[in-house]
Amino acid sequence: MIPELGHFLLWLALGVSAVLGTLPLVGAGRNRADWMALARPSAAILFALVALAFVCLALAFVGNDFSVLYVATNSNRSLPTHYRFAAVWGGHEGSMLLWTLMLAVWTVAVARFSAHLPDKVMARILAVMGWLSFGFLLFMLMTSNPFDRLVPTPANGRDLNPLLQDPGMVIHPPMLYMGYVGLSVAFSFAVAALIGGNLDATWARWTRPWTTAAWIFLTIGIALGSGWAYYELGWGGWWFWDPVENASFMPWLVATALIHSLAVTEKRNSFKSWTVLLAILAFSLSLLGTFLVRSGVLSSVHAFATDPRRGLFILAFLVIVIGASLALYAWRAPKVGIGARFALLSRETLLLGNNVLLVVACGAVLLGTLYPLALDALGMGKISVGPPYFDTVFVPLLTPLIFLMGIGPLARWKEAELPDLASRLKWAAGAAVVATLLTIWLRGGIGSVGVVGLLMAFWIVGSIATDLFERLRPVGGVRTGLLHRARLIPRSIAGMQLAHLGVAVFILGVTLVKTGEIERDVRMQPGDTTTIGDLVFTFSGVREVAGPNYRAMQGTISVTDKGRPVVTLHPEKRHYPATQSTMTEAAIEAGLTRDLYVSLGEPVDGGAWIVRVYVKPFVDWIWGGCLVMALGGLLAASDRRYRVKVRRTAEATTSVASAA
Amino acid sequence: MKPRHKRLAIVGGVVAAVGAAAALVLNAFQSNLVFFYSPSQIAAHEAPTARTFRLGGMVVEGTVKRDGTRVNFVVTDTAQSIPVRYEGILPDLFKEGKGVVAQGQLQDGVFVAREVLAKHDENYMPPEAAEALKRAQKGNPKLAETLSAEPIRK
Repeated sequence: MIPELGHFLLWLALGVSAVLGTLPLVGAGRNRADWMALARPSAAILFALVALAFVCLALAFVGNDFSVLYVATNSNRSLPTHYRFAAVWGGHEGSMLLWTLMLAVWTVAVARFSAHLPDKVMARILAVMGWLSFGFLLFMLMTSNPFDRLVPTPANGRDLNPLLQDPGMVIHPPMLYMGYVGLSVAFSFAVAALIGGNLDATWARWTRPWTTAAWIFLTIGIALGSGWAYYELGWGGWWFWDPVENASFMPWLVATALIHSLAVTEKRNSFKSWTVLLAILAFSLSLLGTFLVRSGVLSSVHAFATDPRRGLFILAFLVIVIGASLALYAWRAPKVGIGARFALLSRETLLLGNNVLLVVACGAVLLGTLYPLALDALGMGKISVGPPYFDTVFVPLLTPLIFLMGIGPLARWKEAELPDLASRLKWAAGAAVVATLLTIWLRGGIGSVGVVGLLMAFWIVGSIATDLFERLRPVGGVRTGLLHRARLIPRSIAGMQLAHLGVAVFILGVTLVKTGEIERDVRMQPGDTTTIGDLVFTFSGVREVAGPNYRAMQGTISVTDKGRPVVTLHPEKRHYPATQSTMTEAAIEAGLTRDLYVSLGEPVDGGAWIVRVYVKPFVDWIWGGCLVMALGGLLAASDRRYRVKVRRTAEATTSVASAA
Repeated sequence: MKPRHKRLAIVGGVVAAVGAAAALVLNAFQSNLVFFYSPSQIAAHEAPTARTFRLGGMVVEGTVKRDGTRVNFVVTDTAQSIPVRYEGILPDLFKEGKGVVAQGQLQDGVFVAREVLAKHDENYMPPEAAEALKRAQKGNPKLAETLSAEPIRK
């Protein structure tokens, strides 16, 4: 019964989303307050329906209802309960439901937290989001219904892909989807502004916290995916330039550009059409990512769907959404206007440079991702574009970007002076050079790319320190406390600099791991040792252990540093009988300055194994940097002016309402 | 500077930057494209000798020989076979009689793989491997054309 209820709820949600997509929109055009007033309750009902449908599916999973086809293909009785719940989004149908649920969450959040928006704007925004919900619900009901029954009911399910049976996988997809779908908010704001023909600094201020929120989720989602690849795929890489990764990285690049462009639009009322275009582009790229990942054009752990109807549907949806919004843009953008002028050297120009570089970087990823697919689709043969391409392209593209990142925050809006900037930043530049030399002295030669990486990371840190110093320095003899001056720094500024610091941490991590990692694949017999520097790894054999739904060969490797014991690691080779698959479970001793990473390769003659023994210096800084970036975003999004505005306008609305 | 000149300078700067970036990207793209060849194509001497490419096909049963960390095996597309040498740990889903994709270079008739690609699903045949078998089964005389018609010229 419950699955049928879930299915029925989805149909109801489709109806509600159709109402949400049409009536408020028409109401806004015809000035019908009663039709516009439908937007908020419809959004709430839509959310409730989709959430209940999601609960229905989760119940089917937790209750082992294998009469549901999707449950039978993605779960198993011996699967632990928390993974049975996570298995809800372990396959195609369920992840689409999760996607739709996230969209409903964002819709209802906009309805709830943007109470200060004018009714017409709100009606249009929610209507656009209603259309998006409609599209995804229709997609699910037409091609990928998660509640389809399976007759006859099997006694047990086929089990969740063992790769996904991991705590990281429980939170990675929801985070990533929150990010992907969150970009639909900026998209809807942009489309609503195009329809209304009204786009100004206030619009940018409304849009900014939402965009930043989506960007935070996207950042964390990507970092989690990367961390998962690092410890779960068993070969110690953290980014593979896999098309699926690229699909999430492209929206991130454009969303980052959008955040910066929105800053110009808010502060200087400039870059307006460009901002709108970026908002459309960012969401279009998340849709493209969905298409790539879900349509089966790509082959990877993410590509569940091989039903061509699904690919066609998403492709059609993609064409409609992107085509319609770009057509609207071409038609209405001239009305939006270009905005205020600025000098050749100003913060605006520097941010323009940032935008150009980010968009070009995104274009480079797009080329490397789509070209092989296009060639294949046209029957012109199979090629692949590997990591060397992306590595070659990204260093020269990101170096100027990082360089600008050090200057931009210190440059004045409208017009900046080169001598002034140079004299303020000379200490930062000097400190960067000294710190780089010091690091090389401490760690040894690191190659030219490594030097560039270090310089850039320390340059950002130096620039942030300069900014902080200037803001905390007592000005004009007025003696105020340091704490007082610190409190005067707006959260948006502090958040921006914190996020920039995250970039520096990230670059340090990447540079040091790329230049200092040591990887050894060695054949080890019980009792054998491998030495890396002062570290001695001793292999003392393998024994069989049993997990809840797998059997594993568990190795024991103890590590000593200059004779002192450091840790004993237990890497595993797991066999999952339900799916007949083998999985490598690496064992990692994480540390601030280095990770020790061991995993079992394969057994060879006489109790010996091929073992991977890796030392990865500063690798955790990569994800630490992402986390700092996300925290910076959080701080910036919580800036006072976004909230004060809310309260004041809300009060104004109430007073007007009570006066009337 | 007049506002018009200023705008011109900004537009010019952006165009120049994008142009330079595009040149960089396309150049890197050209030199890092990895083409795919089947064992039949390699047997017909169509594969390059000093360039990295991908090889796809099936691992012939009984050919996997381990020697310490070095592995030797034979990949076939049913028409032709080629010996492959690899140093390191094979992915979990590498099995005799199953599809495989390897990336590396040809050295004295042996394909020296630098990478044997991990795939995530045991039912799944890598597209390159499937392609190699399909071409060989068709006995398609054009099989070489698909890619070698467009050699990379620098």
